[in-house]
Amino acid sequence: MANRLDTKFEELKQTGKKALVTYIVAGDGGYALTEEAILAMEQAGVDIIEIGVPFSDPIAEGTIIQQASQRALQGGTTLKGVFEMVERLRNKTDMPLLLMLYANSIYRTGTDKFFDRCRETGIDGVIVPDLPFEEHDEFKEASERNGVYNISLVTPTSHGRIAKIAAAAKGFLYCVSSTGVTGMRDTFSTNFEEFFGEIKRSARIPCFVGFGIRSGAAAKTMGSYCDGVIVGSAVVSRVGEFGDKAVPEITAFCQELRQGLDS
Amino acid sequence: MEKIGRFGDFGGQYVPETVMNAVSELQEAYERYRNDPQFLAELRELYRNYAFRPSLMYYARKMTEDLGGAKIYIKREDMNHTGSHKINNALGQVLLAKYMGKKRIIAETGAGQHGVATATICAYFDMECEVYMGREDMERQALNVYRMELLGAKVTGVDSGTATLKDAINEAMRDWATNIETTFYCIGSVMGPHPYPTMVRDFQKIIGEEAKAQLMEKEGKLPDCVVACVGGGSNAMGIFYDFIPDKSVRLVGAEAAGRGIDTDQHAATISRGEKGIFHGMKSVFLQNEEGQIAPVFSISAGLDYPGIGPEHAYLHETGRADYVAITDEEAVQAFEYLSKTEGIIPAVESAHAVAAARKIAPTMRPDQILLINLSGRGDKDVQQIARYRGVNIDG
Repeated sequence: MANRLDTKFEELKQTGKKALVTYIVAGDGGYALTEEAILAMEQAGVDIIEIGVPFSDPIAEGTIIQQASQRALQGGTTLKGVFEMVERLRNKTDMPLLLMLYANSIYRTGTDKFFDRCRETGIDGVIVPDLPFEEHDEFKEASERNGVYNISLVTPTSHGRIAKIAAAAKGFLYCVSSTGVTGMRDTFSTNFEEFFGEIKRSARIPCFVGFGIRSGAAAKTMGSYCDGVIVGSAVVSRVGEFGDKAVPEITAFCQELRQGLDS
Repeated sequence: MEKIGRFGDFGGQYVPETVMNAVSELQEAYERYRNDPQFLAELRELYRNYAFRPSLMYYARKMTEDLGGAKIYIKREDMNHTGSHKINNALGQVLLAKYMGKKRIIAETGAGQHGVATATICAYFDMECEVYMGREDMERQALNVYRMELLGAKVTGVDSGTATLKDAINEAMRDWATNIETTFYCIGSVMGPHPYPTMVRDFQKIIGEEAKAQLMEKEGKLPDCVVACVGGGSNAMGIFYDFIPDKSVRLVGAEAAGRGIDTDQHAATISRGEKGIFHGMKSVFLQNEEGQIAPVFSISAGLDYPGIGPEHAYLHETGRADYVAITDEEAVQAFEYLSKTEGIIPAVESAHAVAAARKIAPTMRPDQILLINLSGRGDKDVQQIARYRGVNIDG
């Protein structure tokens, strides 16, 4: 079966739309809330979802996602439970679903077992924030055998490494907007013309930008440089703030992002 | 792709892409300066005239007589400037940062010894210094917090997670990712992504080199056993490294068993940990079956870490070094024992090594030599030990 990401990229190319990717921490507020939010985001025009698997020590995350991860873990979220949630979601949606998780969650589960489980449950890709290009071999064989993309990231500090990362990347390229950890930002100091200029010289796959996007207007501006935007903390903060009643807030926010991107 | 910075399967560079370029830059700088005559001459001069190396090799006569086994020698790293072995590494890294043109230094600290050493050298070199420290450790080691501030460093408390050493490292890594272009992260132990485990070991290996020469001079032979405490494992790697090729020398690391390795309150990584990937390295970590890093416990803030340096994981896997677990109670007894027997108050971290030596020495012959690395002095711990014993000295 073709990877759902490729199908989605084809569809976006046909319609000439930018991709809207959102991130949510699994189990924050309970699995049922996460499931409901994911389906609502799809309805609101989100193309791809990254499901964050909570980790005890998320070194690449800012305060919002750190706290959400802690809430989710305290609520009893496990990787096993996340896979079961994905199985339930797969009865209701064919949208691309990715897991964003730290290397130890995969390694400790057993790399082969983990990627087998991704294929069985219908996970299309993984994003591992503490696995740089230099260590991609760690999961390469198992992920490729199961048809799961291991997404590469480039950042404004990747400098001379951008070309080799972009050239080898599979699925889509996750372009980090700025230095630092995840979280909403008011301004960006990155020279995007230069950053994306360098990326596009080497990338053969769609390039999405993430880290710091908090509004439809920001989505529009950032989306203009590449093929789509990734929004995480701004979604997660709504789960934290509104709890059980977060779904309508998330829906409205995703509609705003969609309109921003499409305008 | 060629695997760099590996000890067998352990080690590597498992860090976010944002800091990867800085890690590569550091790796290049370290490769360039590690054999640079000017860098090495400057470092040697600092070791001699600022840290007061070589540290002394002390024959523990009373302890030897009392335990009735091996002849016991103590390598006095507690006599270094700032009171522990941490100065060796901090000097090396901050000097390297200076050569690299970095102006801002960040560090994590557990017991505060690495933070104090780093703050000291930043004062000496006029560099900006920020030290991340778990809130719980700040309470346990209030004296060192004040000491760092006195030296001009900013101490930032970390409340996330367990508010101890691992969380201080998380926060330092986040700072590094944010301020990557200006900031040098001075890691305090033989851990983290390559080149840190190798570089920190190289800055600490002078302990073993000196010890070997000093024992040759005093005894004309190698020790039979070398004992050191292990958290991340820098003082242990420092004293072990030069003895690794000498197969007759048994190497023993003493890790923190807290309230016992059969409880859930310990930091005995080798005894109870599993292979994993965390804090930039593949090594052994205390974790649950899904890879969540476990909360750890030890009376010693410096050993209160859920992982161990990758070279130790390798020495353990290959059987070259043994690791034993020492409880809080055993460590406190050793703290009191060394104070009363030799008139030396050890750091509570180093007391774990003394406790292990107390068990090992009686099993050895009088013609054998046991060498203890006394990694730090215990002034900082006196208040906490008094509290442990129920003595009120707060007034």
